[in-house]
Amino acid sequence: MSDIILDIKSVNRTFVSDDDSTTKALHDVSLSVNRGEFLSIIGSSGCGKTTLLRLIAGLDTPESGELILNGEKIAGTNPKRGYVFQQGSLFPWLTIENNIASGLKARGVYKEHKGEVQQYINLIGLNGFEKSFPHQISGGMAQRVAIARALINNPDVLLLDEPMGALDSFTRADIQDKLLELWRKNKTTMILVTHDVDEAIYLSDRIVIMTPRPGEIKEIIEVKLPPPRHRGGTEFLAIRRDILEKLHLASAAPQPEYTI
Amino acid sequence: MQTETTTRGFPFRRKSKQASSERISNRRFIVAFIITIFGFLAAIAANLLFPQIADVKITDYQVGAFTLDFNSLYLIVLAALVLIYSGNGIFSFFDQDRRKKFTKSAPFRLVVGLALGIWDVLGTKLLLLPQPFFPGPAKILEPFLMEPSYILQQILYSLRLFSYGFVIGISAGVLTGILIGWFPKVYYWVQPVLKISGVIPAVAWMPFALTLFPTPFSAAVFLITICQWFTIASLTAQGIQSTPKTHFEVARTLGAKTPYLVFCVAIPHAMPQIFTGISIANGFTFTTLVMVEMMGQPGGLGYYINASKVWSAYYKVFAAIVVMAILFSLILKVVGLVESRVLRWRKGLVKS
Repeated sequence: MSDIILDIKSVNRTFVSDDDSTTKALHDVSLSVNRGEFLSIIGSSGCGKTTLLRLIAGLDTPESGELILNGEKIAGTNPKRGYVFQQGSLFPWLTIENNIASGLKARGVYKEHKGEVQQYINLIGLNGFEKSFPHQISGGMAQRVAIARALINNPDVLLLDEPMGALDSFTRADIQDKLLELWRKNKTTMILVTHDVDEAIYLSDRIVIMTPRPGEIKEIIEVKLPPPRHRGGTEFLAIRRDILEKLHLASAAPQPEYTI
Repeated sequence: MQTETTTRGFPFRRKSKQASSERISNRRFIVAFIITIFGFLAAIAANLLFPQIADVKITDYQVGAFTLDFNSLYLIVLAALVLIYSGNGIFSFFDQDRRKKFTKSAPFRLVVGLALGIWDVLGTKLLLLPQPFFPGPAKILEPFLMEPSYILQQILYSLRLFSYGFVIGISAGVLTGILIGWFPKVYYWVQPVLKISGVIPAVAWMPFALTLFPTPFSAAVFLITICQWFTIASLTAQGIQSTPKTHFEVARTLGAKTPYLVFCVAIPHAMPQIFTGISIANGFTFTTLVMVEMMGQPGGLGYYINASKVWSAYYKVFAAIVVMAILFSLILKVVGLVESRVLRWRKGLVKS
């Protein structure tokens, strides 16, 4: 597991808002990701976890520091780095089938890989919905399609930006299992951004805990539970308590949970 | 539909409280059927039974093997309407949704029939309406007997003019819209021009068009083109600019280059606006088309109106208006069908 696929070296990223105030989204972040591992990044909102993911995707560039994937510096987007967005990222004008195929069509390799579209539809269990449009399927189905669309390009790394954030807990558990199944099958390196501690423990080999203002990595926790993991297991709950404590202590000035 | 299946076969079922799930009983449908055709039957009766009191010249025309005057053509049209609505009624009898639609239209069709009858009596039989401005309904049909091929020629002329302007206008409009929407430089230079020229009615350019273009036809095509062009261009640009950033980012992470972003993301997203542009532009286009034809074309329905007016042949003006109503409605219908096909991915537009 020492084979490093992605190396992030002291990356900084600052955002300037309209009123000239600056937000240090990422401060000196360094991280190595092993080939084939499932890594989760967890933290409260504003801790820079999505910013980090966007940098890896090439949707954004750092002010300083560099990101190296397979020995090459990341510059711009590349289908080798698949990205699954939060809700509503499917193209509404394309059928489910064509949404999945759009991954191939965007690269101009649709003809050669045509058959894979149906394979992925089978894999995500959406048979019979090939000709449906995104607004006709549920949110959970839509996210499965979004995952399939990114995976059909056979990426080295799949970046998941809270893909299950807006789903109910049953659908979420269902997609988590699907994701694990796809991960074991394709051996794609997964980097998941989430704010759900259970989800992170259930899925990951390692969990990166980030803290906001400035966005920094606080700690990296290894989850050594063998599959299948039980959400109610003693060890699972112990790790959960540990992470929650760290997250709670993590912010210097605790934010109120609800603001009215 | 669901409630219907449970009560099928019970003509004397209890009355449902909800209007939406209301079932049209056999008896009610038959009443609606009679109401629908009664108006037109009354119009036929009025024409046949009311004596021709005023002195109106009724000319016979040879149509194929038949000899027809405008009054008999009027009766044929009324009979055709009765047949069409009867057929529609019988067809609708077997389907609750169609029954509902048919029943809903019944009062309107009754009034249309009765109005035709009254108009016929006042306009043709008694000549009580101011003449020659308001001929009766039968007289309006006379041009179709008098000069059918000439009218057809004018229709085709208008249709040809419209088609040229429509196709060129949409192509130019969508192209301009894409350029404005995609390139900030083009937006900066072209958008203000579009904004100002967009409010100018196309006919204002007529003096230039008529002098600068080699033929009246090309001048008219130009005027119709700019009607479509500016409206469609600004709406296309809006549609492209309002494409969510996420859609572009998704495409880029999938490996898309600029052509894919333009043609497979921005343009599909702009499609609803493009169709809105086409609908708005069509209104301007019909107006411009008729005006241009009235003022400087050797043919077309507008020309026909103008030429008839000179001879005080107002019944021909009415005939042209009737043709326009049908023709333009058909064009809108076709555009609507294409739209609902292209935009079938939109929520709420999908009909199961």
